[in-house]
Amino acid sequence: MSARNLALVVAFVALAALPFWMPGVYYINVGSQILFYAIFALGLNVLVGYAGLVSLGHAALFGVSAYAIGYMLQLGYGHTVSIIVALLVGVFAMAIFALLSLRSTGIGFIMITLALGQILWGLAYRWISLTGGDNGINVTGRPAPFGYSLSSPITFYYTTLIVFLLAVAAMAVFVRSPFGAALMGTRDQPRRMNALGYHVLAIRFWACLLSGLFTSVSAILFVYYTQFISPQTLSLTSSAEVLLMVISGGPGTILGPIVGAGLVVAVKTVVSGFIERWNFLLGAVFVAIVILVPEGIVPGSVRLWRLLTRPRTKGKAGSAP
Amino acid sequence: MNFWVSLTVNSITFGGLLFLLSAGFALIFGLMRIPNLTHGSLYMLGAYIGATFLIGIVGIKINFWAAAVVAALIVAAFGALIERLLLRRLPGDQLAQVLVTLGISFMVADFCLMIWGGDPLNVAPPEGLGGFVRFGSIAFPLYRLAIIVVAVLVALGLWLLLERTRLGAMIRAGVDDPDMARVVGIRVSRLFTIVFALGAGLASFGGIIGAPMLSVYPGLDQDMLPLALVVVILGGTGSLLGAFVGSLIIGFIYNFGQALLPELAYFVLFLPMLLVLLLRPQGLFGRHVP
Repeated sequence: MSARNLALVVAFVALAALPFWMPGVYYINVGSQILFYAIFALGLNVLVGYAGLVSLGHAALFGVSAYAIGYMLQLGYGHTVSIIVALLVGVFAMAIFALLSLRSTGIGFIMITLALGQILWGLAYRWISLTGGDNGINVTGRPAPFGYSLSSPITFYYTTLIVFLLAVAAMAVFVRSPFGAALMGTRDQPRRMNALGYHVLAIRFWACLLSGLFTSVSAILFVYYTQFISPQTLSLTSSAEVLLMVISGGPGTILGPIVGAGLVVAVKTVVSGFIERWNFLLGAVFVAIVILVPEGIVPGSVRLWRLLTRPRTKGKAGSAP
Repeated sequence: MNFWVSLTVNSITFGGLLFLLSAGFALIFGLMRIPNLTHGSLYMLGAYIGATFLIGIVGIKINFWAAAVVAALIVAAFGALIERLLLRRLPGDQLAQVLVTLGISFMVADFCLMIWGGDPLNVAPPEGLGGFVRFGSIAFPLYRLAIIVVAVLVALGLWLLLERTRLGAMIRAGVDDPDMARVVGIRVSRLFTIVFALGAGLASFGGIIGAPMLSVYPGLDQDMLPLALVVVILGGTGSLLGAFVGSLIIGFIYNFGQALLPELAYFVLFLPMLLVLLLRPQGLFGRHVP
C-alpha cells in the first residue's frame, strides 16, 4: 500500500471515528461545520481551481439555496420537496449568474460576480416581506430520513460525513473525466481549445452548474445545521471566507479546499473564542497567503516535502519534474 | 411637484458624491487594470479620520474643510503605501492584486470598528452651510447644494490635471497603452503609485464631504464599494467623463429607486449595469473591456 493510500485510509478512519475521540459535542459540531464548508469550497474550487474563474459572489448563491429551503420549510412543505426545490433554485440561480458573468473572464468575471452577489445581498436585506430582512428566517426541525433522526450532533455529523464523502468521490470522478480535462484545457489554453473544436463557453457553463450544485448541497446542510439564515450569509465577507478556503488550501487540488475549510473554520472558531477581531485576521491571512504562498498550503508543503526528502547526491537532476 | 424637485436635487447631490468616490476608482482601474476593492474602505477611513479631527483629537480641533484636506492627505499616503509595499510585489498578477486589496479592505474595516466603535458618528455640516435656501415654496438644505459645487470643482480640477498637464498626458498614455508608454520613457510604475494615492485621497475627501449627509458608520465601506463598481462598469474604466456621467445616472436611479420601490431599490440600481454589460461591455465611455 502506497503512502498516499495509507494516508487516505488513516484520514477516513479518523473522520469516521471522530465522535469517539473528540472531547465533546462542541467539537463534533465544529467537525460538521468543517465538512459542509469543505463541500462549499470544493464547489467554488471547480471554478477557481479548474476553470480559472474567480468568483466573489459565491456566498450569494449559497444564500439563495439557503433561503429557498428556509422559505419552503416555513411554508410547511416536507423536507424532501424543500431539498429538491432548494437544489433546483440554487442551480437555476447559478445558471443566471453564469449567463451574465461568463461574458468575460479574469478581472471582469470577478467584478460581475461581486456585483451580482451584492445585488442578492441587498435583496436579502431589503426585501423584507420575502426574507424577513435582518431578522432572517428560522428553521425548526431537522429531517429524519428512513427514521434516522438528525437532531443529535452525532447523527448530523455522520450524515454530513456521508454527503461529504459522496462529494469528494464526485469531485475525483470529475477531475479524471474528459470533461474535467477539457475544463482545465479551457483554463490554460482557451484559444487552442476553441481551435480544437471545443465549445469553451459551454464547458465553462456546465462547470458553473456543477459548482452551483455543490454550493446548494452545502447550503442545505448549513441551514439544517444552524437552523437560521440571515443576510450576513450572503455578504462579501462570506464570499471572501470561502475563497480564502480555496486559495489557502490550494486551488486546483481536491485536498486543498478541504484542508483550507478545516483551517478557516478551526481558526475562526478557536480565535473568535479569544478575540473579537476575526475579520482583521482574515484579511491579514489573505494578504500573507497571496504574497507568500500563492499556490496554497497543500501544494506549497508538497513542494517543501519533496525539496527536503530529495536525495542530495543526485544534485540538480532530482529537481527536474 | 415639490417631491419630484427635491428628489431631483438629492439625486444630483448623491451623484456628485459618487463622482468623488468613483473618479479615482475609474482611473486606478484604467491604469492598473484592477478593481481596487479597498476603495470603499478608503472612503470610510477618510470619513472616520475627518470626523475625528472635527470632534477634536489630542486638543487639535480644525474646521471642516481643513479636516477634509488633512484626512485626504493621510489616506492618500496610506494608499501610496499599499501600492508600493504590497501591490508592487505582484507585478502583472492582477488576480493576486485584487485579492490583496480585498484582504486589506477587511483589515481596514475591522480597524475602524476597533478604533471608533459600532455607533454611527454624526457630522454637522460646516459653518454657514447648515441652513436652507428657499426657491418659491421649496426649501433645499444649503449643504446639499454645496456638495454639488464641490463635486463640479473637483471634476474641473481633475479634467485640467488630465488634459492640460504633463502628468495628465502620461496618465492618459498609461491608460491607453502601458507598454508603449514605457517604450517612450514614461515610468508607468511610478504613475501607479501616484494614481493610487490620488484615488485614495479623492475617495477619502468624498467620505468627509458625504459625512453630514450619510453619517459615518461601520459597513459604510460595503455600501459604497458596490456603488463605485456600478458607476465604473456603467461609465467605463479609465474615463473621467464616464465616471461623471455614470455617477449622475446612478445618483438618479438610487434616489428614485429608494423613493418609489424601497424594497427593490438595490436591484433596480444594478439593472443598468447588467444592460451595459450585455450591450456595451466596455461601458459608455470606456477605453477597453475589463
